[in-house]
Amino acid sequence: MSLIYPKASLDAYPKHLSPGYKSTIKRSPSKPLMIVPHTLSELTGPVYGHDAIQENDNDLTKQHKGEPLGERIVVHGHVLDEDKRPVPNALVELWQANACGRYVHIVDQHPAPLDPNFTGAGRTVTDANGYYKFITVKPGAYPWGNHHNAWRPNHIHFSVFGHSFLSRLVTQMYFPGDYLFPYDPIFNSVPDEKARARMISTFDLENTVPDWALAFRFDIVLRGREATPLDNDEH
Amino acid sequence: MSEITPSQTVGPFFAYGLTPKGRCEWDPNGSYSWKNTVESNLVTPDVSGTRIHIEGTVRDGDGLPINDCMIEIWQADAQGRYASPGANRALPNTKFKGFGRSATDKQGVYAFDTIKPGSVAGPGGKPQAPHIVVCIFSRGMLRQIYTRLYFDDEPANASDPILNIVPADRRGTLIAHKQPGADHHYRFDIRVQGGDETVFFDI
Repeated sequence: MSLIYPKASLDAYPKHLSPGYKSTIKRSPSKPLMIVPHTLSELTGPVYGHDAIQENDNDLTKQHKGEPLGERIVVHGHVLDEDKRPVPNALVELWQANACGRYVHIVDQHPAPLDPNFTGAGRTVTDANGYYKFITVKPGAYPWGNHHNAWRPNHIHFSVFGHSFLSRLVTQMYFPGDYLFPYDPIFNSVPDEKARARMISTFDLENTVPDWALAFRFDIVLRGREATPLDNDEH
Repeated sequence: MSEITPSQTVGPFFAYGLTPKGRCEWDPNGSYSWKNTVESNLVTPDVSGTRIHIEGTVRDGDGLPINDCMIEIWQADAQGRYASPGANRALPNTKFKGFGRSATDKQGVYAFDTIKPGSVAGPGGKPQAPHIVVCIFSRGMLRQIYTRLYFDDEPANASDPILNIVPADRRGTLIAHKQPGADHHYRFDIRVQGGDETVFFDI
């Protein structure tokens, strides 16, 4: 497959410097980024197969002796390219806080309890239709030090590989109707409202499992669309 | 109208998910309980080529080390072939993937063990000097930033089509320096912001 990677698509991304999120102030490039052609080095990328994952890597409720506390949920969807074609065999990794809003990471000292039955990390590989599925618990909101009374909306971190190193995406999945959206500088670093909406999962009654777990759908669209022969010449 | 999913920061807590056994020293037990999917050691038993070690410090606009950064690298094998279906070439060194990931440690230092890549074709078929594509993620970065690593002992740098687009006075920020006394050890420091800011690419 031959793809091109239109840079206009990146308008959906946050700016590197987004002063409302204070950590960007010293961690964003201050000089203009240099425009260079896409070469074979950018247009290729790593591919991971199903040997990269093990049983229950995608079920965060089964990684310990007991079940984690919290609201059990199914998070699933498709990984797609810009033409909305599925991206098969894409490695999808996620990590998240537990139901109380606490990460197991040692640096997280939020005074909410850790759950001995929950680590909060998962990984899977998309199938031939680009489909992935995780079972986890809904992460809690938690405070952070960006500004007075700052709280992150409930979110799950996603890391995804696509057809090339330019398709590489790290993002966060949010939950519908979160009351913290208006106050979160990370969520609002995405300038366009429609683009922000693409980070919000949708409640999925059809795939909600009766008497067991609510389902949320989160489709992920990566950079890359079908090349025309003319575009191919530039490669 | 493009409808890609926007990028968001990797945040400060990725280590137990993305680099559980990496250089992260954040776990009191030395590592989180999970296996890595992606290693900082890219060397596989079947790989041919010169084995090299790359190490460097990532610093912010104040020159302070960034200790919660994740570096990913993508490179060709010693024959200049990418292990990717998109490369339209027979796969080399079957197990050598050419992709690696390293978290920075508490001193902001990342490191990779790999092999020196060969030359790959560039725009118009013009050869590119051996190089590695570097992608940087961190708390405080809402999207990844891309740069390239070239080697200071490569005469081909002088005619590299990408390096030649970069202004001469900033080209040095893309060059890894071979360290005296150690075999094939290269230093490649990354300055995210400031006077000696690394050149990053709008790609």
